[in-house]
Amino acid sequence: MRRQAVAAGVSALAILTAAPAIAEIRIGASLAITGPAAFLGDPEAKTLEMLVEELNANGGINGEEVELIVYDDGADPNKARTFATRLIEEDEVVAVIGGSSTGATMAMAPLFADYEIPFISLAGAVVIVDPVQEFVFKTPHTDRMACEKIFADITARGLSKVGLISGTDGFGASMREQCLDVAEASGVEIVADESYGATDSDMTPQLTNIAATDGIEAIVNPGFGQGPAVVTRNYAQLGLELPFYQSHGVASDAFLDLAGEAAEGLRLPATPLLIPDQLAEDDPQRQPVQDYIAAYEEKYGEKPSTFGGYAYDAFHLLVDAIERAGSTDPVEIRDALEATEGHAGVTGVYSFTPEDHMGLDLSAFRILKVADGGWKPVEE
Amino acid sequence: MSELLQFLISGITVGAIYAAIALGFTLIYNASGVVNFAQGEFVVIGGMTAAALIGAGVPVWIAAPLAVIAGMLVGVLLYRLAIRPAGQAPLVSLIIITIGASIFLRGAMQAVFDKQIHRYDGFSGDAPLRVGGATILPQSLWIIGGSVAVFAFLAWFLNRTRAGRGIRATASNRMAAALVGINTGRAMNLSFALSAAIGALAGVLATPVTFTSYDVGVLMALKGFSATMLGGVGSPLGALAGGLLIGLIEALTAGYISSDYKDASAFIVILLVLFLRPQGLFGARIMERV
Repeated sequence: MRRQAVAAGVSALAILTAAPAIAEIRIGASLAITGPAAFLGDPEAKTLEMLVEELNANGGINGEEVELIVYDDGADPNKARTFATRLIEEDEVVAVIGGSSTGATMAMAPLFADYEIPFISLAGAVVIVDPVQEFVFKTPHTDRMACEKIFADITARGLSKVGLISGTDGFGASMREQCLDVAEASGVEIVADESYGATDSDMTPQLTNIAATDGIEAIVNPGFGQGPAVVTRNYAQLGLELPFYQSHGVASDAFLDLAGEAAEGLRLPATPLLIPDQLAEDDPQRQPVQDYIAAYEEKYGEKPSTFGGYAYDAFHLLVDAIERAGSTDPVEIRDALEATEGHAGVTGVYSFTPEDHMGLDLSAFRILKVADGGWKPVEE
Repeated sequence: MSELLQFLISGITVGAIYAAIALGFTLIYNASGVVNFAQGEFVVIGGMTAAALIGAGVPVWIAAPLAVIAGMLVGVLLYRLAIRPAGQAPLVSLIIITIGASIFLRGAMQAVFDKQIHRYDGFSGDAPLRVGGATILPQSLWIIGGSVAVFAFLAWFLNRTRAGRGIRATASNRMAAALVGINTGRAMNLSFALSAAIGALAGVLATPVTFTSYDVGVLMALKGFSATMLGGVGSPLGALAGGLLIGLIEALTAGYISSDYKDASAFIVILLVLFLRPQGLFGARIMERV
C-alpha cells in the first residue's frame, strides 16, 4: 500500500516536473457524445481523437505535441457552458472545438469573446455566424443552404410546386422553417406542408395528402434519423412517382440500408464524403475525403458520417491556423483562422473573411441521386 | 375513397403495434398492479436482438423466436433482481423501480448492441399489396395478426387456465391468494416472463415497418400506455381496442385535419374518455374498500 502511494507520488512529481519540458498545445472540445444528439457528437469525438493521435505520431504542430481535452455535454447548454469555462480557465486551452448542437454552441459562444479564445462550432444553425462574432467560427453548412441547393435543383428541372413533409424533431423543424423562408427567393412555391413525429411508423396519410395536392411537382423531406427512411418506404409503398428529395441529414450509407430499394431515384444535397471514388482527379476535396475515409475506417471499422466530417474540417482548419500563426497565442490563432483562404476540407472549400465565419458557399453541397443502391452525382 | 382506405390501413397497422405493446402492460398489471415502464425496452430488445441475429446471417424463423426468448429472459431477470428484492414495498416504489430498470436497459443496450438504427426485411417480403386503390405492406398483416393472436392468447390464458387465474388472484389479493395455495412468487415470475415475451414479439414483428434503435422504447411505451389507459387498464380487449383506436385517430387526423395535430387529437380523446369513464372503455370499475 505504502509503496504504491510512494510510487504514485513519485510519478506524479515526474509528470509535474516533466510538463514544462514538453511544450504542449492544448485544444479543448465539448461535444454531445451521449444523449439525444449522440449521432452528432459520437462521430465527432471519434474523429478528433483519431486526428490528434495521427498528428502527434507525425510530430505534432511545429514540433509541439497536441493534447486534446474532450468533455461530453450531452447537448445540454448548461453543461456546455460549464465545460467551456473549465476548458478555458482550468485546462488553459488555446482553442475550443465543439458544440455539436446549436443550443450548446450558443450557450458557450459569449465566453470566447470574454476570454479571447477562438472557437469552431460543429452545429448547423445560421445564428452562430450571423451576426458574426469575432471569436466564433463554424464548419457545417447551414440547413438554409441545403434548402437553397434542393430548390435550385428542382427549378433546374423546370419544376416549382413543392410539397414538404418534415420531421417535428429539431433538425426537421429547423430545416422546414428555412425552406419555407427561402422558397420564394428560390422560385418555388410550397403547396403542401405536412409533418410527422420523429419515431412515427407510418407516414402514408401525409404522403397521400401531398400526392393529392393540386399541381404538386416534387416532394422534399427535411428530417433526420429513421423518419426519412420510413417516409421513403411509404413513398415507394404508395407507388408515387414525383421527384423526391431527402436532406443532408440522412446523407449516409446507413440510410440506404434502412430505406432499401425504395430509395432508388431520390436526390439529396450532400458533402463529397459519400462519393469518394467518383470525385474528379483535380477536385480539391478528393484528397481530404479519401484520407479521412481511409483513416476512419481503419481505426473504427465503420464509415465516417457527414457530422464527423465537420470535426475533421474544424481540426484541420485549426491546425493550419496554428501553423501559419507560428504561435500558440489564442488571438494570433484567431487572426490566422480568419485569414484562411481556399482550405479544402471534406465538407467544402473554406475561405473565411471578417464578414464570413462559415466560409462555404453552395458549391460545398453536391446533389446526389440514388442509383443501383449507391450514390451518384447529378451532373449540373 | 381510396384515400380513406389508405388512412384506415395506416391507422390499423400503427394501432396494432400500439395494441401489442399495450397487451404487455396488461399482463404485469394484472399480476401485480404494477405499470411496468420498462415495457418499451422489451420491445426494443426484441427488435434489436432479431436485427443483430438476422444481420449475422441467422434465418428469420430462428432469429424471431430467439429474440422473443431473449426478451423473456430479461423480463425474468427484471423481476428476480429488481422487483422481488423490493419485497412488500408500496406500489409506487415498484413502479419507480421499473422506470429505473428502463433507464438501465437503455444504457445496457447501447453497450450490448450499438446506437445505430436497425431494420430487417419483412417476413413475407416488402412488396406492397394493392387493396382497392390503397396499399398495405405484407408485414402489416403479420403485425395485425400477431396482435390479435396475443390478445386471444391472453384472454384464454387469464380466464381459462389455472396459471392465468392464479395470476389474477395474486393481483387481487396477494395474501389471500397465498393462503388458498397459489404460488404467488411463481405467478409474478410468469407474468413478467410472458409480458416481456409479448413486448419482444411486438418488437420482432414491428421492426421491419418501424425500425428500431436503443432509445425508441420510451416513446413506444408512451403510446402503448396511452392505449392501455384508453382501453381500460388490465383488460386485454381494452388494450387491443385502445391501440387500434389511437392508431386510427392519428391516421385520420393526419389525413383529414392536419398532421400537426395528430398526437394532440389522440391525447384529447384519451382525456375525454378518462373524464367520462375513468376506468377506460373496457376496464372494470376498481373499488377500494378500506
